[in-house]
Amino acid sequence: MVIFLLKRFGFMLLTMFAVSVILFLVLEINVDTLASRVLGQFTTEEQRRLWLEEHGYLRPIWVRYGEWIGDMLRGDFGWSTRFNEPVAEILWPRLVNTAILGVCVFAVMVPLSLVSGILAGMREGSATDRSITFVSVLTTSVPEFASAVLLSSVFVFALGWLPGTSGMTDGWDWRQMVLPVMVLTLYGFGYVARMMRASMAEVMQSPYIRTAVLKGLPYRRVILRHALRNALIAPFTVIILQINWLLSGVIVVEFFFSYKGYGALLLEASLNTDIDVIQACALIAVVVAVGTQTLADIGYTYLNPRIRFT
Amino acid sequence: MTEQTVHDVQPAVVKPVGGAVPRRRAWLAGLVGPLALLGESWMAAAGAALVAFWVLVALLAPVLAPYPPTQQLGAMINAPPLTPVPEGTAIMEFTDQGVQRTPVEGMYLLGGDAIGRDVLSRLIYGARSVLIYAPLATAFAYAIGILMGLVAGYRRGWIDDVLSRISDLILAFPVLVLYVVIITVMDRSALNIVLAVTFASAPGIMRIVRGLVLDLRNRDYVAAAQTRGESAWYIMFVEILPNARGPLIVDACLRLGYTTITIGVLGFLGLGLPPPDPNWGNMIAENRGAALTSPHSTLFPCIAISSLVLGLNMLADGLREISLKD
Repeated sequence: MVIFLLKRFGFMLLTMFAVSVILFLVLEINVDTLASRVLGQFTTEEQRRLWLEEHGYLRPIWVRYGEWIGDMLRGDFGWSTRFNEPVAEILWPRLVNTAILGVCVFAVMVPLSLVSGILAGMREGSATDRSITFVSVLTTSVPEFASAVLLSSVFVFALGWLPGTSGMTDGWDWRQMVLPVMVLTLYGFGYVARMMRASMAEVMQSPYIRTAVLKGLPYRRVILRHALRNALIAPFTVIILQINWLLSGVIVVEFFFSYKGYGALLLEASLNTDIDVIQACALIAVVVAVGTQTLADIGYTYLNPRIRFT
Repeated sequence: MTEQTVHDVQPAVVKPVGGAVPRRRAWLAGLVGPLALLGESWMAAAGAALVAFWVLVALLAPVLAPYPPTQQLGAMINAPPLTPVPEGTAIMEFTDQGVQRTPVEGMYLLGGDAIGRDVLSRLIYGARSVLIYAPLATAFAYAIGILMGLVAGYRRGWIDDVLSRISDLILAFPVLVLYVVIITVMDRSALNIVLAVTFASAPGIMRIVRGLVLDLRNRDYVAAAQTRGESAWYIMFVEILPNARGPLIVDACLRLGYTTITIGVLGFLGLGLPPPDPNWGNMIAENRGAALTSPHSTLFPCIAISSLVLGLNMLADGLREISLKD
């Protein structure tokens, strides 16, 4: 087990390293376009060259990568040209906000989708199964910006129950969290529910469940004690990997509701070519993505003895 | 345990179509088969109908759209649905012969947008841009993904390792973050969106194709072709690929839906196709300012994009159900 963990962590670090190299190359290999993007189109060749020289962009790329990754590891994310502040000062509070949003979404989405997946998978082909499957196809088909528009036209404009933006300008307000959480939950719910359903349906067909039913155990007990234990293993991985998906999802939702989080920051940086912020945000995404993948792998191996011992 | 339950384990993968079909009959079956299959699942039929509806709308856009999609009428700014164009409204055009006055009449059935354009006409023309770029991007991604998957799955060895590692790297990244970074580096244009979608989805396609090839490469007909001395490319494209089509068609429907959403999202975020061409995502972004007073100009594009994606997803789901049945 220890060797397995070490291997996984080694591989995780290697992947993070490789992606960070690619990321750096993509954003910085062509210094001329970089200069014209940061300084604007209407600058002279001379101005761009001076800017590149001043910021050390004319040194060999591996030297620049080494320096950049070193700074990143020490928590120095560079300087934001958009906000005129160190990137770290903006990024951390934003990440905390997004983490709060993410925790809320998971707290609603996971129980909801697991329960509906279990209900649907318990009796394949039943009316409950059909309607839950249809609802999950329907909710995954509505893009986040569309459900944001639809929900806010109902709850904000028609009914007037909820605020339409979540900028939290007058301090923290839980009512402003409702719509962003709702939109993200709607979009993510279908996928997890369908994975849960597939896993549950598979377990329900296995011989040990038939044995349990045939030996006269109450149905409740068969489901709760026998079926669920195995059926929850596969969705576990899916749920952990949803953290990764959430990083994409928050870009749209945070922009729509002007919630001050990671996604809105990345988008604003991108629209204003704030290179240091983009790099920091993308690196965070890499760490989260690869980290959750490792976590999902380890968790799956731990939960499923059949894999652990092979 | 039957073979069917084995395949139920992985919901994303459908049973590969077995056995080689004589080529001419395969062509016929390729045309008639899918239509006949739709009768077996109401999900697939309803999905196909929705998709067909939007394809027709896109094809007939010049006939169906009552107004040019970029024509602005000052009087119709944020007009609610079913507003008639005021009498005496005209478009002024300055030509060499002086001012040319073209009277405009009729009704804005779905209302006007923030700068007085007809929402219905923009919706209709918007179907065109979605139905051109989403399939184009998906087809591009498929061409590259299939090539990578076939080579990785059939050749195995170091090339498989390299391709699999690369695609793992790309798949590790949250998709939208990837798009935002790519579009930052390049400009916002149709071509770059196609490239970005290809870059982000080819690895996923490669994984699926590779999995299918690993299953199919040990079949008898592949061995027969190898004995005949056919080249590796012939075996990959003529023997293996056609027999992997079932799961790939299902996946293509799903992916087409994702790509439609992606193009919409990019448009909404201001990173998509450049204005003023009508595009559902752009339409929502353009009219968000007026959403408080006239929600119709954002609501209708939302319904349009959702119904198209719903159609594709239902089609995929229905087809998967059908292929699991037999």
